[in-house]
Amino acid sequence: MSNDHVIANDVHDHHDDHDHHDTGGDTIFGFWIYIMSDCILFATLFATYAVLSGGFAGGPTPKELFDLNLVAVGTAFLLFSSFTFGMAMLQANQRKMKGMITWLVITLLLGLGFLGLELYEFWHFSTLGATPQTSGYWSAFYALVATHGLHVFGGIIWMLVLFVHFKRDGFTEDNLVRLSCLSLFWHFLDIIWICVFSVVYLVGVM
Amino acid sequence: MLKKSLSLVMVFTMAFLLTGCELALFDPAGPIGEQAKDLIIISVALLLIVIIPVLFMSIYFPYKYRTSNKNAEYKPSWEHSTKIELVVWIVPCLIIAALAYFTYVTSHDLDPRKPLGKDEDTLTIQVVAMDWKWLFIYPEQQIATVNEISIPVNTPVEFLITSDTVMNSFFIPRLGSQIYAMAGMENRLNLMASEEGTFRGMSANYSGFGFSGMKFKTHSVDQAGFDAWVNKVKASEHVLDEPTYKALSEKSKDNPVVYYSDVDPLHFKKTIEKYTGVQNGK
Amino acid sequence: MASKATIITDPDPLTGKLTWDSIPVHDPVILPVMICAILGGLFLFALITKMGKWRYLWEEWFTSVDHKKIGIMYVIAAIVMLVRGFADAIMMRTHQALATADSVGAGYLPPEHYDQIFTAHGVIMIFFVAMPLVVGLMNIVVPLQIGARDVAFPFLNSLSFWLFVVGALLVNISLFLGEFAATGWLAYPPLSGIEYSPWVGVDYWLWALQISGIGTLLTGVNFFVTIIRMRAPGMKLMQMPVFTWTSLCANVLIILSFPILTVTITLLTLDRYLGTNFFTNDLGGNQMMYVNLIWAWGHPEVYILILPAFGIFSEVAATFSRKRLFGYTSLVWATAVIMVLAMVVWLHHFFTMGAGSSVNAFFGIATMIIAVPTGVKIFNWLFTMYKGRVEFTASMWWTCSFLFTFTIGGMTGVMLAVPAADFVLHNSLFLIAHFHNVIIGGAVFGYFAGLTYWWPKATGWMLDEKLNKLSCALWTIGFFVAFMPLYILGFNGMTRRLNYYDNPEWTPLLIVAMVGAFIVAAGIAVQFYMGFISFKNRKQNMDVTGDPWNGRTLEWATSSPPPFYNFAKLPKIHDRDEHHYKKEHGIAYQKPEKYSKIHMPSNTWAGFVISAFSLTLGFGFVWHIWWMVIASFVGIVASWIAYSFDRNKDYYVQVDQVEEIESKHLAAVAEHAANNGK
Repeated sequence: MSNDHVIANDVHDHHDDHDHHDTGGDTIFGFWIYIMSDCILFATLFATYAVLSGGFAGGPTPKELFDLNLVAVGTAFLLFSSFTFGMAMLQANQRKMKGMITWLVITLLLGLGFLGLELYEFWHFSTLGATPQTSGYWSAFYALVATHGLHVFGGIIWMLVLFVHFKRDGFTEDNLVRLSCLSLFWHFLDIIWICVFSVVYLVGVM
Repeated sequence: MLKKSLSLVMVFTMAFLLTGCELALFDPAGPIGEQAKDLIIISVALLLIVIIPVLFMSIYFPYKYRTSNKNAEYKPSWEHSTKIELVVWIVPCLIIAALAYFTYVTSHDLDPRKPLGKDEDTLTIQVVAMDWKWLFIYPEQQIATVNEISIPVNTPVEFLITSDTVMNSFFIPRLGSQIYAMAGMENRLNLMASEEGTFRGMSANYSGFGFSGMKFKTHSVDQAGFDAWVNKVKASEHVLDEPTYKALSEKSKDNPVVYYSDVDPLHFKKTIEKYTGVQNGK
Repeated sequence: MASKATIITDPDPLTGKLTWDSIPVHDPVILPVMICAILGGLFLFALITKMGKWRYLWEEWFTSVDHKKIGIMYVIAAIVMLVRGFADAIMMRTHQALATADSVGAGYLPPEHYDQIFTAHGVIMIFFVAMPLVVGLMNIVVPLQIGARDVAFPFLNSLSFWLFVVGALLVNISLFLGEFAATGWLAYPPLSGIEYSPWVGVDYWLWALQISGIGTLLTGVNFFVTIIRMRAPGMKLMQMPVFTWTSLCANVLIILSFPILTVTITLLTLDRYLGTNFFTNDLGGNQMMYVNLIWAWGHPEVYILILPAFGIFSEVAATFSRKRLFGYTSLVWATAVIMVLAMVVWLHHFFTMGAGSSVNAFFGIATMIIAVPTGVKIFNWLFTMYKGRVEFTASMWWTCSFLFTFTIGGMTGVMLAVPAADFVLHNSLFLIAHFHNVIIGGAVFGYFAGLTYWWPKATGWMLDEKLNKLSCALWTIGFFVAFMPLYILGFNGMTRRLNYYDNPEWTPLLIVAMVGAFIVAAGIAVQFYMGFISFKNRKQNMDVTGDPWNGRTLEWATSSPPPFYNFAKLPKIHDRDEHHYKKEHGIAYQKPEKYSKIHMPSNTWAGFVISAFSLTLGFGFVWHIWWMVIASFVGIVASWIAYSFDRNKDYYVQVDQVEEIESKHLAAVAEHAANNGK
């Protein structure tokens, strides 16, 4: 809450100089709040996963199936994509369209690579008899990992739309706010993935 | 309006007190129900310490300080009094602290899992909730019944409870506590009847279209009566074997009482274990 | 009718599970309702067409992003749904009064129908009556109380409203196509799973709640940002009106708890649609997890409903006691404490699940502790009246009735919080009586007090005070007659959701309860009549100044209804009771030296269109019409993207327009003052 106070007071100064309101700041603050609620969403999925973590019902266990090398490559893709998004933000702050787009495209490709590996993993597991229907454990596994994957997919669609926005309007305030929100979202998904990696994969093979 | 509602409350309280001795929860037939009753009375008494003044003030203050009463004191900017604040925070805190003490003690004393007597004196009844009837198995007597039980008076009874369908709740109001019946899990409920009689039992948790008919009679009788009842069940021509159980598992509403003279002693265990992958209750 | 006709395992590619048999034409209760609804709908359609009002509705209402208009639409929708939910209540009460029998077939409703009614009653009253009343009042009042021009995200606000409408529509469609869930309002699995409920009722439940729940989550984010960042210059947190404070806490609870609902419903959806094993009996599913999750949302939800009502009582009590609110700081802290504790008490809804006694004791004691801050609030309202000049307006009637009724509900709530006592009271009619006692006597009376209080602000005309008081009396008496018997029946071992019962001792009290329900129905009828009469005579009941009650907070400083921009110049805040302060110091209604342009959001089609696609999405999912699901999903994403490219999201109001509107208001205030001065 103390953060909120700082931001709130900050805004009041804006208010004072005239009736003009900092709507871009509202959007970014609002997006932070949305991310907090998304955290709760993932926390609930993690809790579900923890509760069902022993519910194999005689089916395969993660220890038998997980391939950490594959996951490590996917993780590296995603972590590196956070870095490339950061580079894109730096370019955007210097209003360099070409550099920003280049870094964003790299980010997007890394994201797609991550999704490709994830889908391959899902397909691979299901051929080995671990589908979402197999047992409570695998239901929870797919729900948690795929929800993260869907978020990444949403982020990619968003990025594509943003390309068109930048192409049409260039570095407007609206577009920069959009970019900042997507950046928050992308880093947030990275953090969630680190939790997935530790809780699901590392603990899973132990 | 307030006076009217107050008088209504009075009428109901009176009706309640007059019929009080007949209400199931205030006429318990066993020690668990007895303690639950005492607990309800204690908590009401504790709460009334603060509720009565509040109800009084909620009528007296608006009446006394009504606009037309120009004699009443008027302090339009009075908004704080440390004394009042202290009282309104501390008094409820004290009452809740007292109630918390009773809560803690009774949560442990009235734990449904807690045995009411020595193991060898305790009668075990296994309970299976089905669509929509109750199956009772007496493992020691190797008999089973549908929708009727008999228990010897003044004997501790341990109910082992599961479900072969959706969630239900096993409840005999005059004996006391209820507990959920869930598939793949075993819940325990210890009860005892201290007087003879026939008590209503039911499922307290909605479980589908036949739910209202999921009721059973509990006969609390002396030892001789219990033995006679067991012999009556033993004399039944029905036996609870696999095909019978399969037929019984079909959905049925208002299932009549059925006696089974014989039952697989592991039937209850098998009913729980057929649901794979459940971690609790095994 | 939960009939076999809707259990279709191989859906048609074009129409999914939908067939002619899905329409319950054979049901003697539903058919007349259906005919009336269709005729009524056609009549309404024809009327609007004849009056040429479609364009007006579309431009001024359906596409509006004005928080006041959205608030009014929420309230209207809630009132419509209240009638539906109350019809269910009347049917249950009359049925149970007639249902003394040994076996199925008693009363006039078979279990297959009755069980849908009690499910629909709970769902409608919580999600589609109480929630929209809370959100509607927040919409109307909060931006005005904090001196803002609109909410932080006006488009999302419109989207939230229309998503809520979609949920309500799905519930109502279920009456005429297929059936509703027959599972109880929280749809515990495995009963709500595909194995035990193979028909489409639960699917309607899932999609109605999922879609409207996402709308509520957006509302939570929207209002949180609005309150934190858009307060008028100088308004510190501890200067916010109490209704704004309680709304803030309610929105925090929405942000914290609605994602849990989203996940829980999604997992149940996956169980039903894909055959996963989250909550199944077999294959490692865990039904207890569902009960934990749904109440981890469900308990905070209760406080989302009641906290804003507490805020309303605080405003009303201070205004009509003509006195500053007693113990503001204490009240704010009590609200915050309730907010925090609301998150850690969910297990008290199922002590009888068989958790250990220490776990039960922990949750029981945590629950009782909530009684302390709640009690403090009650004392604060009482001491607000103390040494005041209490004016018995209709909203004060609702407040006094609340104080008395709610206190009793609070007491029975603490009784239920004692686990060992709950073991005999759980799932009984005592529980039913308790939660109706706090929801009707707490939340609903609060909303009625609030509607009465802010009605002139929203519409510009007053509600008839006499009829309003009559309806308050009927509601109060009806409530006690309907629910006191249920407390007693609970003590007599009567459990909830019974379609019939073989204990004739229960019948007399159930008949009394039925009479109570009819008294409440009379109260509702009086409210409708009051609305009609007040509207008819609105020319005589105009609120010309914008401050009909001699109010204390900022919303009364502007005209009624307020101009679409709320405040021509954002007010500078000096005091908690800002408007009262200005009146005291003679600086209210001052014409500023000069007006400036006002930046406002434009209306948008997007909220309505995205929601329309959500409706077809939900409908397609319910009936397994996959082409419709895919098309709707594409429609949602495409409309959202198209909206993001819209260049006309905002505009400026020119100075002369502002000046014209403002001088009218100031002139009306001056004229009123002059008239009263004579």
